[in-house]
Amino acid sequence: MKTLPIVDHPTKAHAFVADNERTHWHDQALWFVRSKRDKQAGSVPEWEYLRSLASQIKTETIAKLGDYLSEFERNATALGATVHWAADAAEHNEIVLKILRDHETLRIVKSKSMLTEECGLNHFLEDNGIEVVDTDLGERIVQLRKETPSHIVLPAIHIRKEEVGETFHEHLGTDEGASDPQYLTEAARGHLRDKFLAGEVGITGVNFAIAETGGFVICTNEGNADLGVSLPRVHIACMGIEKIIPRFEDLAVFIRLLARSATGQPITTYTSHFHGPRDPQSELHIVLVDNGRSQLRNRSEFRDALHCIRCGACMNTCPVYRRSGGHSYSATVPGPIGSVLSPTRDSSSYKSLPYACSLCGSCTDVCPVKIPLHHQLLAWRKELVDQNLLPYSKRISMKGASILFRNPRLFTFAGWVGRKSLKWLPHGMTHNRWNTWTIARELPEPPRESFRHWYAANRKR
Amino acid sequence: MSVALFIPCYLDQFYPDVAIASLELLERLGVDVVYPDGQTCCGQPMANTGCVADCAPVAHRFVELFAAYDTIVCPSGSCTAMVRHHYGDYFADDDPQFNHVKNRTFELCEFLHDELKIQSLDVQFPHKVSIHQSCHGLRELRLGASSENMTPREDKVRNVLNLVHGIQWCTPTRSDECCGFGGTFAVNEADVSAAMGRDRVADHVSSGSEVLVSADMSCLMHLQGIIRRESIPIEVMHVAQVLVGRMPKRVSPSAS
Repeated sequence: MKTLPIVDHPTKAHAFVADNERTHWHDQALWFVRSKRDKQAGSVPEWEYLRSLASQIKTETIAKLGDYLSEFERNATALGATVHWAADAAEHNEIVLKILRDHETLRIVKSKSMLTEECGLNHFLEDNGIEVVDTDLGERIVQLRKETPSHIVLPAIHIRKEEVGETFHEHLGTDEGASDPQYLTEAARGHLRDKFLAGEVGITGVNFAIAETGGFVICTNEGNADLGVSLPRVHIACMGIEKIIPRFEDLAVFIRLLARSATGQPITTYTSHFHGPRDPQSELHIVLVDNGRSQLRNRSEFRDALHCIRCGACMNTCPVYRRSGGHSYSATVPGPIGSVLSPTRDSSSYKSLPYACSLCGSCTDVCPVKIPLHHQLLAWRKELVDQNLLPYSKRISMKGASILFRNPRLFTFAGWVGRKSLKWLPHGMTHNRWNTWTIARELPEPPRESFRHWYAANRKR
Repeated sequence: MSVALFIPCYLDQFYPDVAIASLELLERLGVDVVYPDGQTCCGQPMANTGCVADCAPVAHRFVELFAAYDTIVCPSGSCTAMVRHHYGDYFADDDPQFNHVKNRTFELCEFLHDELKIQSLDVQFPHKVSIHQSCHGLRELRLGASSENMTPREDKVRNVLNLVHGIQWCTPTRSDECCGFGGTFAVNEADVSAAMGRDRVADHVSSGSEVLVSADMSCLMHLQGIIRRESIPIEVMHVAQVLVGRMPKRVSPSAS
């Protein structure tokens, strides 16, 4: 396996947060979504009950994952679909390519799927001479800009409408300087309509696959998934194995939680159900992908991360994500859940992500399926220390702190030195760029004496 | 009831008046309170960095020192949360000393609210005040309702502060967003941490608040650092200081 580059979140965040105006706009755009979510969640009296129920269903599903997947395969096959199994990203890409080759396809239309993003499908297919068109508007924008999505639900949330105007002017020939969302959206619509008509195979993701029926559900706001698979004769649906739910009746629980948590809508504009190929002349292929999910399932402290329904609520609420931007995580899934998932893939490469978190716990409280995200990030930190991946400087400072806190006299002396230094040394000696705390902050004003000293003088019995 | 005061390390060294105020408050309420000798830190910096081996001896020291008391009171939400929710990593589930300390360690406002059940306070604080909800107090100790949760809960910090006469409440737009301190996060992710802090202060200032009050001095240490660097016209105070009637240094009483 090739080694991934080391992701340095603080450095990437520095670059994003340095643009004060952009950071505030990004923060406010996502907070707006979080506020809409609060309003929607508050309008459902049984919201907390739904969260518990969803969490219980997922716990049960993950415990009997193999059984439910087999049941799904049986039922989907009975409906006429072809089910494929992929152990990893490479296998997934090969399966998709083979289906495309079998149909001599040169262009595909793809609706939004974080799984194909995770597997690097676009690049793989393009390298094999196949034109890939992302049909979700946000995904199309980032695709034209040769970027990756910065958010799993709002892939172009980091791009301003003026920048979209520039991109469309360059690629779609819209008027220079145009930034009116209505005008730009209509231009994209016209452009995509041609692509839909020319598409030979439609690829989609899957939001929920139902073991009991063998059917699956795709939720979109633009209807692009439906259009993308309605014209071509071949539909390939790619899903991570954790997208399975046991029973049809469970679906309502998740559908009620998903859109409210994701965008603050009561429901997505389109919730489309697929049960087998649409007619005898058509084909439906379902690719079930593991790509590390079984490994995650075997780790009790991180297993609950498989509950994730990819709503993105943890990103919208995360004060770090909002100010550092999705790309600072250098991962398909950014934000709190991404910081849990990415190190399971490669702990060395993603070792900075579990620390890109103030442990505020907002992600845990907002999560519709109750993943204890901030506790998992803390668990990751322990794991990284165990794997010897914490930088030496941090390790040694914690060792020093431990010694200090085990020796009250040493602690008292160190505190005295600290207070006196702060009092007597010139400001520039205590406040400079080598002291990270003081780049943006003042140190506390040193008091005359410590509390323990005061107590000994005033209260000793 | 013998009550031990647990004063977190940075309060002891840099914010002694918060500790004195906590002590005075408990004494005024007739609590038999002592400050056990030899205490230092709960071990949170090491634990939050993932350095379990470095935290373990500190946690054991803590439990040995405080197990002799009926109750332990701490004027910090995050240090209390450390003992209550994270010490389990360092002790056997059936360790009686650990279980006693875990079950009997309270955050100050929580202790006043749930244990002493105080109904009145003879204290004035005629100022425009906003509360900074500390994340660990809110989402680990559940001292109040977090905005993400749809479960109604009493806000214990606010309930206690409501006993003080003359407070005019101001409410920031984002009721409980993190201030960006996060312990070593403030150093590790200095840029994001400072940006979070500046936004937090700006939200409080635009609410009309003159005094930003919190049950966690660590959040306030970070916010105060930003306030002083940027000369922002707002003052920070720990809830214990308000509850014993300390006055803000730079703000004059507002007309009610």
